[in-house]
Amino acid sequence: MKDYWQEIRALTMRWVLRLSREKFSMLFTLVQPMLFWLIFFGNLFQRAADSQVTQAPNYISFLAAGVVVMTVLNNGLAGGVDLLFDKENGFLERLMSTPIHRSSVILSRFIFVMTITSLQVLVILGVAFLFGVHPATGLLGIATILLIGMMFGVGLTAISMAMAFSVKSHGDFFSVLGFLSLPMIFLSSALVPLAAMPGWMSVLAQFNPMTWAIDAVRPLILSGWSEALPHVGMVVLVMLVFDALCLYGGAKAFRRAMG
Amino acid sequence: MDRAIAIEVSRLCKTYDAHKAVDDLSFQVYAGEIFGLLGPNGAGKSTTLRTLITLLHPTSGTASVFGHDTVREADTVRMLIGYVPQERAIDRFLTGREHLQLLGALYHLTKEEAAKRIAELLKLVELESHADRPAKTYSGGMKRKLDIACGLLPNPKVLFLDEPTLGLDVQSRLRIWEYVRMLKARGMTIVMTTNYLDEADQLCDRLAIIDGGKIKTLGAPAELKIALGGDIVSLTLKETDRMAGLESALKNQPAIKAVRLTAKGLDIRVESPEKALPVILESANRLGCSIEFIQYNRPRLDDVFIAHTGRRIQDDIPKEE
Ligand SMILES: Nc1ncnc2c1ncn2[C@@H]1O[C@H](COP(=O)(O)OP(=O)(O)OP(=O)(O)O)[C@@H](O)[C@H]1O
Ligand SMILES: [Mg+2]
Repeated sequence: MKDYWQEIRALTMRWVLRLSREKFSMLFTLVQPMLFWLIFFGNLFQRAADSQVTQAPNYISFLAAGVVVMTVLNNGLAGGVDLLFDKENGFLERLMSTPIHRSSVILSRFIFVMTITSLQVLVILGVAFLFGVHPATGLLGIATILLIGMMFGVGLTAISMAMAFSVKSHGDFFSVLGFLSLPMIFLSSALVPLAAMPGWMSVLAQFNPMTWAIDAVRPLILSGWSEALPHVGMVVLVMLVFDALCLYGGAKAFRRAMG
Repeated sequence: MDRAIAIEVSRLCKTYDAHKAVDDLSFQVYAGEIFGLLGPNGAGKSTTLRTLITLLHPTSGTASVFGHDTVREADTVRMLIGYVPQERAIDRFLTGREHLQLLGALYHLTKEEAAKRIAELLKLVELESHADRPAKTYSGGMKRKLDIACGLLPNPKVLFLDEPTLGLDVQSRLRIWEYVRMLKARGMTIVMTTNYLDEADQLCDRLAIIDGGKIKTLGAPAELKIALGGDIVSLTLKETDRMAGLESALKNQPAIKAVRLTAKGLDIRVESPEKALPVILESANRLGCSIEFIQYNRPRLDDVFIAHTGRRIQDDIPKEE
């Protein structure tokens, strides 16, 4: 157990070190979702978006939940990228030839991605606060948002890692990633409530786990516990199933790749 | 002589889809020797090595390291080995020291143990003054040195080197050969792959030539060459009339294996030129044969390779990075 912890800590610290060496790209990944989506998109659509439709005092406060979950989505889907590069340049092979628990590398990645994502979510909520979005459920609500984010993020990161272990080249990986991410966002309640979508889109959006996450995060920010609780209960169930499926697939891909 | 066996590979096969990358390989590596796998690109060298370091499961057959099966006792095997992959397995963003510290934790060393070993290794591979620079600022040779230091960090009983000098300049190659010999002198067993004939010839105690996933021949480089029939001394004589006399005079000499008449002289197969040459010259003198030209050919590993695979290894020289 002591060995296990030593491995995981060292491997996690490696991700942290790498991030700190890439200050420039770190800044952009951190800032991009708030700057682009929350500040530009949120303010841009302020008047175009009808508050009768969004059921929110203004568009930014409606959008905040979407941006939180989008950040989880993007971080999760990109969570396997570093492992992909490790696989391609042989570093993973070097790690796996040492007497570590087979799961350590993967766990370190989960820990790292979840931590970074949670920090980013906090920053987004902070920026939204500056624009007057005050979460209706307070600190406990924020903790619940982080929990939902992590539950969604675990499954996404598992998908991403499974892809990293299965693809033949990183070209394939990034094509699939690019193909997944935007449709996931548009086919969800991130930008527009389901009720305001064209029928076929809202049908598809209902099968998107992202919609469930957003529909729980949004009342936590906008309305209060009484409205949020049923959604939170529902999303926990949905995410348990989602994570179980993703982790099962991920474990299979990992075992196939690592013998 | 019975020697301790470090590695035992028995009827090893590894199939990718329908393609047999390794086909019924069996060999042993003795403790304390430098063992080479020599073969062209795609011969199955890296696949064999990956099986030995527990990263690949054999399709059939077994491999063991100091008696521990690479599949069933993978964890024990991983504690005994160090591995230097063929690709530069370097994280560009980490410094040399951080690479070694990471591995130190993965081998469960304490901070103090690790620090001591890291200092020694950095000194050994002469990277001390570059240890705290990110690896992306290293030259190819420096990366290779760091790779080797990483392989040595666990202080392994067996070190696996996959094409250790691929793409390096002559000086760096010689330096790496020196390290490898020094490690052997410290008692380490070394298994390496290469597709350089001179490297196999000069560095390996024994080697297996593999091609198409199969072992074509196995033995010490000198043995393999001798097995071709020994060195050849070719004499060209001024006058051809006394050739037959010289032939019969040499035929029964112990230092001489075979004599063959050619158009203008003799081809003499010898085991060691040191013993044979004086005998040849003395006989020629005694019989009054004056020699116009004498040529001595030692079979090279090239000849061994061609004899066993039917082609030259240079036919598909590696695409250097
Ligand atoms: N993961 C894989 N999937 C499919 N085929 C593979 C895989 N790895 C290796 N091969 C095939 O197995 C054969 C042996 O490959 P291997 O890497 O062992 O060769 P090698 O002797 O190390 O060659 P090189 O000198 O180029 O490194 C090759 O034909 C290669 O295409
Ligand atoms: Mg190879």
